[in-house]
Amino acid sequence: MTPLTSYLLLSAFLFSIGLAGALSRRSSIMVLIGIEIMLNAANLNFIAFWRFGPAPTALTGVMFTIFSIAVAAAEAAVGLSIILAVYRRTRSTDLEPTEAPHR
Amino acid sequence: MTLVFLILAAITILGLGAAMSLRNPVHCVVGLTIGFLGLAALYLQLGAQFVGLTQVLVYVGAVAILIIFAIMMMRSSESPEQQPYSRSWRVGVAIAFAVYCVLGWAVHFGAHTLPTQAATPELSVQQIGDALLHRFVLPLEIIAVLLTAALIGAGVLALQDPAGEVRGPR
Repeated sequence: MTPLTSYLLLSAFLFSIGLAGALSRRSSIMVLIGIEIMLNAANLNFIAFWRFGPAPTALTGVMFTIFSIAVAAAEAAVGLSIILAVYRRTRSTDLEPTEAPHR
Repeated sequence: MTLVFLILAAITILGLGAAMSLRNPVHCVVGLTIGFLGLAALYLQLGAQFVGLTQVLVYVGAVAILIIFAIMMMRSSESPEQQPYSRSWRVGVAIAFAVYCVLGWAVHFGAHTLPTQAATPELSVQQIGDALLHRFVLPLEIIAVLLTAALIGAGVLALQDPAGEVRGPR
């Protein structure tokens, strides 16, 4: 088993953890955390391929990861403010309201 | 596969697994922070020091704190009495397991085509700066515009007063 394979399997497992959380939690904040975990798993893949790839001097994997971290930070800020705006209207962060939303 | 990798992988999996399975949202964010620190250590182990420290700065220092603030602002830090998982959580876990099986199958049967380079590549911050300002200068500008737009958009969305014109009756 090459080291790259173990990194890829770890990354796939982290992606599955994030996907399971994003699909099965009720709170929208938790769903956002799951999406962040999936983005991080993809970053680990980029770094592992950069480390074991044929042309590490090209720095492509590192650059992809840096830009991906920046996009993920922007996504977290916008996502949380959307959740906050929804919370102000419905007083809840649940994705499955138990009763009908008050209109 | 070294012992260091196994320990860091165990820390990361435990932290992120706790982040996705615990009931109290604040405990979830603590688990998330531990998982992000484990990932940063994995980046350091792979020889990408700059990315590892960026991971600590951005994810542990900014995103986790942002999520903590959001949880506190929405007064959901206490454990909810109702189920924290949705009614269809079994389907979600089954889908995630199927995705893991497909990814693991692809990695397992494609392992002989993967590159195997043993030597750790040299990476200095100066190289990253050169690459950012020469080859990757257009993505850098685009990311700057994107971050500015996201900052303004998040501010506009979050500062929208409930007394404004978008207020819904309660």
